[in-house]
Amino acid sequence: MKIEGYQSGEHYDEMLNPQGEIRTPYAEFFRNLKKVPTAKMNHLQFSANQTQRAMGMTFNVYHDNEGLEKILHLDIIPRIIANPEWEKLDKGLKQRTYALNLFLQDIYNDQKILKDGIVPEELILGSKDFLKPCIGLTPPKGIWCHITGTDLIKNKDGEYYVLEDNLRCPSGVSYMLESREIIKRAFPVLFNKIGVRPVSDYPAKLLQMLQFLSDKPKPVVGVLTPGIYNSAYYEHSYLALQMGIELVTGIDLLVKDKKVYMQTTKGLQQIDVLYRRIDDVFIDPLTFRPDSMLGIPGIFEAYKAGNIALANAPGTGVADDKAVYAYVPKIIKYYLDEDPILNNVPTYLCREKKDLDYVLENIEELVVKETNAAGGYGMLIGPKASKEEHAKFRELIKANPTNYIAQPTLSLSTVPTLTDEGLQGRHVDLRPYILYGDGIEVIPGALTRVALRKGSLVVNSSQGGGSKDTWILYS
Amino acid sequence: MLSRVANNIYWLGRYLERAENYARFIDVNFNLMQDLPMDLKEQWQPLIAATGDLQLYQHSYKDFDKNQVLFFLTFDQNNPNSMFSAISRARENARIIRENLSKETWEKSNQLYLMMQEGEAKKVWKKADPRPFYEKIKNQILLIYGIADSSVARVEGWYFRQLGQFVERADKTSRILDVKYHILLPSGSDVGSPLDFLHWMALLKSVTGFNTYRRIYGNINPLNVVEFLVLNKYFPRSIYFCLNEAEVCLHHISGNLGGGFKNPAEKAIGELRSQLEFAEVGEIIDYGLHEYLDNIQIKLNKLSDLIDSTYFRLQDNFISQNQNQ
Repeated sequence: MKIEGYQSGEHYDEMLNPQGEIRTPYAEFFRNLKKVPTAKMNHLQFSANQTQRAMGMTFNVYHDNEGLEKILHLDIIPRIIANPEWEKLDKGLKQRTYALNLFLQDIYNDQKILKDGIVPEELILGSKDFLKPCIGLTPPKGIWCHITGTDLIKNKDGEYYVLEDNLRCPSGVSYMLESREIIKRAFPVLFNKIGVRPVSDYPAKLLQMLQFLSDKPKPVVGVLTPGIYNSAYYEHSYLALQMGIELVTGIDLLVKDKKVYMQTTKGLQQIDVLYRRIDDVFIDPLTFRPDSMLGIPGIFEAYKAGNIALANAPGTGVADDKAVYAYVPKIIKYYLDEDPILNNVPTYLCREKKDLDYVLENIEELVVKETNAAGGYGMLIGPKASKEEHAKFRELIKANPTNYIAQPTLSLSTVPTLTDEGLQGRHVDLRPYILYGDGIEVIPGALTRVALRKGSLVVNSSQGGGSKDTWILYS
Repeated sequence: MLSRVANNIYWLGRYLERAENYARFIDVNFNLMQDLPMDLKEQWQPLIAATGDLQLYQHSYKDFDKNQVLFFLTFDQNNPNSMFSAISRARENARIIRENLSKETWEKSNQLYLMMQEGEAKKVWKKADPRPFYEKIKNQILLIYGIADSSVARVEGWYFRQLGQFVERADKTSRILDVKYHILLPSGSDVGSPLDFLHWMALLKSVTGFNTYRRIYGNINPLNVVEFLVLNKYFPRSIYFCLNEAEVCLHHISGNLGGGFKNPAEKAIGELRSQLEFAEVGEIIDYGLHEYLDNIQIKLNKLSDLIDSTYFRLQDNFISQNQNQ
């Protein structure tokens, strides 16, 4: 494969340093890549695409109410991270998860952090994600965020920055697992030589964590899915299959005497733990949204009575709000008396007058985000947007300042990617997965999302993003 | 096992068997056409009649042109029983219960669906000889059975799929036998003629039973063929055999080891199976073959409804909640 034309550009490139020399983690990979003819690389890419199609690794996209199965493009060139760099991420993510969990327990119970004025009361109590039915509740084993998928990026300075703490139902882990299987087949020899830490035991760890939430010796565990039309259905069924547990939908379950039962061919069977992939407010039409057709009437009462564990716990959404994000360094300091290990992106909260003025003034240089939107929607990238779009967002922000935050435009690091014009750098982010059960564990792997369009910074699958296998090295 | 999942597995079994049988029907009819005298060529109507979708066909098409019939039976998505419809639904069922299938079973079912898509894109029904396509589809389905046979644990899920497969196969064998009723012979005196003989032979071939029949009965004789396909105790596509297997599945599912019946589905299949067990071929002919087969098809439909109400029907969780309050 021809590499001579590859340039690192103005961003941090994961393979080349600014002098054009290969960085250590990529040295072995690079040496091998040079020997592989371009045609062979293209063929490997083609096989990977075919494998994905045969496996039915799809996500659903909606257009005119018609679900369409799409494949998330997997670029065969891996993103490689050396162990020392990973160690720091590992520590930082554990610290963050631990602190956010304490924060959730606090705001739904004593609210000390609000009384001490560290986090503004109205930001939490006024949030639509603050679930009043959860007040006074301690979930089984005191754990709120069992599964976290934190989004990070690497900036021009070579440092990681946390973009978002996804504490609700982070998806994508099946891509991490399946992509690894495909890439192992594409580079069998190289894979062994380089020494990549395995991720394949994730389902076993996930199941262990879920079982830990119940006091029964052999708890019955299930994955709760909204159903086949949900965009992440593939993942739900994949995880259930890998864990060897039931995949249930709302209609399979019913609640009697504050206990949750599955409807089976042998009658009702009690279920003790649910890994639920349904949003908080859809989970129980009696407690939350009465129009929910996905949920199970009465399940929240069963949860309160301690007869079912839910992962993640309802109510975690309030802590990954984009405005609360700005306070995470203070939250870490407050509960742990430690300095945060991972960087936060400086965040301007439009709800504060001083910040609002700054944002309106400097909108051309900022990224503006809606506090409650996901998937890269409701977002303005200042430097890439037109004057009209700037003006439009100024108005939007003025009309509803609490709904917006702004951050300086960060540069996303690039990783070599196979394109029609040969090997080129494309921007990536990083989503590692953290499990919180009997201790906190960061899985040594991640979903690397890549913006396939040249120069694009939007990595979301719904908007032209693809993925890469992420290799965390032993050394 | 979840009732919803059991339902999906049962229908996965039925749809796969349906698609496989259609592939057989078409393949055999093609062979038969080549052997017929010139003035009798291209009899495609009996095939449609046998599937029970004659009305639906005539609603959309005027004549029984080969390409049109092939399209209708294979790719027409407006035909709920076409191979594409059956395979799409089999795959949809498999997708819903992917966590209950082995990885290979899912992947092969998915590939089967992709093969149908490819066939549609290539307009296979217009080919002078589309048989390789049907052969491929049939083999892919047999591959799925093979993988399941050597990798699926003999627990509930297995028996629900087998149940679906054998109920469907019993129905399809009764229908393929009924084709003979619909195929036209030039005149009454042709009964027993070489042409008649060709028909019966084609019929046996469509269920891969020709050689087995030969070994058991020797010469082709309509009474023997009927006996073979309806009452034979050992041939895996005879109606009796299918019913017997389906009954075994039902007993495994309920844990009924003592015989008799534990639920309405077991009662219905037990009655139908013993009706055939003690029937003689002469009685069937006296009753009227077409009427006899029709009767079996109606009873199979009732059986499927009883399986549904015994195992798959879900309580509405809203109602049960209200009753509790």
